[in-house]
Amino acid sequence: MTTFRLNGREVTVKAPDDAPLLWAIRDEIGLTGTKFGCGIGQCGACTVHIGGEAVRSCITPVGAVAGQAVTTIEGLDPKGQHPLQVAWIDAQAPQCGYCQSGQIMQAAALLKATPHPTDAEIEATMTGNLCRCMAYIRIKKAIKAASAKGVAA
Amino acid sequence: MNAILPDVSRRGFLITVSAAGALFALNQPAQAADGFAPTIWYGIDRDGVITVHIIRAEMGQHVGTAIARIVADELEADWSKVKIDHVDSDPKWGLMVTGGSWSVWQSYPVYSQAGAAGRIALIEAGAKLLNVAPADCLARNGAVVAGKRSVSYGEIVAKGDLSRTFTAEQLAKLPMKPAAERRIIGKPGQARDIPAKTNGQAKYGLDAKVAGMIYARPKLPPTRYGSKVSAIDETAAKAVPGYIRAIALEDASGTVPGWVMVYADSFVAADRACEALKVTWTAGDTAKVSEADLQTRARALIADKTTGSQVVEDPGVDAAFAAAKSKLEQTYTTSTALHFQMEPVNALAFEKDGLFEIHTGNQWQSLVLPWLATALGRKEDTIVLRTYVLGGGFGRRLNGDYAVGAALASKAIDGKPVKMVMTRADDTRFDSPRSPSVQTLRMAFGEAGRVTAMEHHACAGWPTQAMAPFFMPKGGNGQPYDPFAISGANHWYNVGAQRVRAVQNDLANKTMRPGWLRSVGPGWTNWAVESFMDEAAAQAGVDPLAFRLKMLDATGRNAGSAPNAVGGAKRQAAVLKRLADKAGWGKPLPKNTGLGLATTFGQERDMPTWVACAARVSVDPATGAVKVEKLTLVADAGTIVHPDGALAQMEGAALWGMSLALLEGTTFENGEVKDTNLDSYTPLRMADVPDVEVEFIASTEAPVGLGEPATTVVGPAIGNAIFRAVGARVRDLPIRAAAVKAGMKA
Repeated sequence: MTTFRLNGREVTVKAPDDAPLLWAIRDEIGLTGTKFGCGIGQCGACTVHIGGEAVRSCITPVGAVAGQAVTTIEGLDPKGQHPLQVAWIDAQAPQCGYCQSGQIMQAAALLKATPHPTDAEIEATMTGNLCRCMAYIRIKKAIKAASAKGVAA
Repeated sequence: MNAILPDVSRRGFLITVSAAGALFALNQPAQAADGFAPTIWYGIDRDGVITVHIIRAEMGQHVGTAIARIVADELEADWSKVKIDHVDSDPKWGLMVTGGSWSVWQSYPVYSQAGAAGRIALIEAGAKLLNVAPADCLARNGAVVAGKRSVSYGEIVAKGDLSRTFTAEQLAKLPMKPAAERRIIGKPGQARDIPAKTNGQAKYGLDAKVAGMIYARPKLPPTRYGSKVSAIDETAAKAVPGYIRAIALEDASGTVPGWVMVYADSFVAADRACEALKVTWTAGDTAKVSEADLQTRARALIADKTTGSQVVEDPGVDAAFAAAKSKLEQTYTTSTALHFQMEPVNALAFEKDGLFEIHTGNQWQSLVLPWLATALGRKEDTIVLRTYVLGGGFGRRLNGDYAVGAALASKAIDGKPVKMVMTRADDTRFDSPRSPSVQTLRMAFGEAGRVTAMEHHACAGWPTQAMAPFFMPKGGNGQPYDPFAISGANHWYNVGAQRVRAVQNDLANKTMRPGWLRSVGPGWTNWAVESFMDEAAAQAGVDPLAFRLKMLDATGRNAGSAPNAVGGAKRQAAVLKRLADKAGWGKPLPKNTGLGLATTFGQERDMPTWVACAARVSVDPATGAVKVEKLTLVADAGTIVHPDGALAQMEGAALWGMSLALLEGTTFENGEVKDTNLDSYTPLRMADVPDVEVEFIASTEAPVGLGEPATTVVGPAIGNAIFRAVGARVRDLPIRAAAVKAGMKA
């Protein structure tokens, strides 16, 4: 049993301490916006925030988040209107969309730490998130648009 | 049901789909209890909400938006009242398949007619309500208008007399709007599926759930075919909390031979128990096959002139070569490549109320349903595929083998709900990869460098042979061939006497389940054709642009034909010329930098998407490392239904082409692909993205396809650019720095 805060509310999961956080979020709690892609932390589809930092939930044991604050795509903004989510729609960024929760969560952590990243900083951070549809041109455009508008912390 | 007939042509597909629409227009009451449905393709309710039924899978191409736009334009609908419904499998839809860049091309006539039928019926009924003649009315933005008075479609459905029906002949003859009257097609607009893909709400197959379901992961055998389970040892698996049991599947359809299903109360437990479970198999006879074996077999088959199918066999090829002033022969190869769609294949299956339900993302429902029927031992009409968004398709989910695994997993425990999830490594090991290929091309030159004959011999594993053999046409010698594995070799250049021979790599078909991977054959045939064109131009001492344009003369069989290839090679030449201007062909470039060209007709001669690419690359002469600086693409795809979606497909497909050319590729070792995850399989990432510029030629011709064509031009454009940068000619995909470096020394 592990207790942590998920999107602002306290949850307790039965998954063993060493089970990946990803599956506890998806299958026990039932929030399926966070995706399973590679299982080895190299595609980024499972990215969530733990204490505001972008983390790969597929390789994070449930036990490691005891007492911590975890945020998923569903909790990024109460109305799904985070500046990045708005920018994502304006740029028509997603194709299949499967990686996009992770892309947005990764980008949100980036902009929180670096509100006005350079192109090189965007690439360095986002290159850890695979988009198999290769919608990278629009993902980058959306991040720059959200950055230009200013992202509320 | 299965709408596919033996030896049906792609054109046959279109007729089947049209006929289904017509049939239901005839048989269905024009005014259903809940609204007006002039054909099966959409309905309008009493609030004027138009629900468009989409039989194509949504896998990133925003296909629902594109198809709904086609209906809405002819119907003169209010776009804000249009809803998109991705339907479950049902015989009434006819053939259900999403691939080949066919969706818009095939849907356009059907949904246009359906929209026109609705418009005409609504005008007639609306005119009665307005007490005017139909000729005095027009339809606009979801209403019938007569002067300053109007009645909305919702009101007409609620109050009007919509008794008009249409025969198949009438539907086919309905007047379509002239292009100048289009109000939605070709205009800017957002895709309807996108918002739910930014907030975690889009439902993919992996997100499907049902009360009481358990989880399963398959333990996969050492070979794709021919492995038999000889022993299962559960000792270690039983120590995993949540483990339930393991069952060797019995599969009468032969789709998932040797699979052992491992059940547990969570996916994590199923995954861990699967690792712990010990299964002994007697392996199939491909257990030792290597990539080199596959290539060796292909070379031997190409060398044996008695093999294969004559796809093009003009008279006079051998005579032209015998009389040639000079000749050129080169061999090109490509390695095995993986789909690596982001969502590993998975399915939820269970039996309920006499119906077997499969919840999964799938691209070819009509192909997998007969497999499921055989595997489950029940009739197709007692099986339904519930539709979900696909976490990437790229052709992987044309092969629905995973649905069979999940269905059998449920059947084995009396139809209880089982959610089968494959890990990334499972997915990759049993991907339907792009087969390796070997191709030998020859050209004969006559007086003054004139091209007098060309031969193209291509050998690869054939996906259509493996999964849809009823779809294979026969060549001139009566031998069947996989049209998707050779298309591209039958290009639109006038090369004099032409020979195209397609050879199946039998060892590849035994070793793997070869897949249709984004662009399929044109992804390797054009690597050969377009690299060879530059080599041939060099031999002839002609500029590669001028060399191509001279042969794109639109004569003979390359003149084109209505409705899909009007203008023929003339349009390909126009695309290439525009590209050359746009990319600055002929302008000086820095040292070790080169601009390379390639042009293709996209997927098939029946529906050519004329496309051309210029790649600007720089090469590090010390290492041979290639940096792509810019990709410029021009396409003529006829009418563009959803311009922003079309641009997204071009961008994504171009980067796919670059990724396959430089960054992907795997090899078979001991009967399996060597690379099973991202630690060693390395598709293109954001940091690798070059400048990309895309232009569409304005056209009102029939819309063709856009999901794949850009994939086909980028590889050869890069190869040609490398040659122009540093003089190294590479003939193997993917292009590795070492090969470039070696080519420079030579």
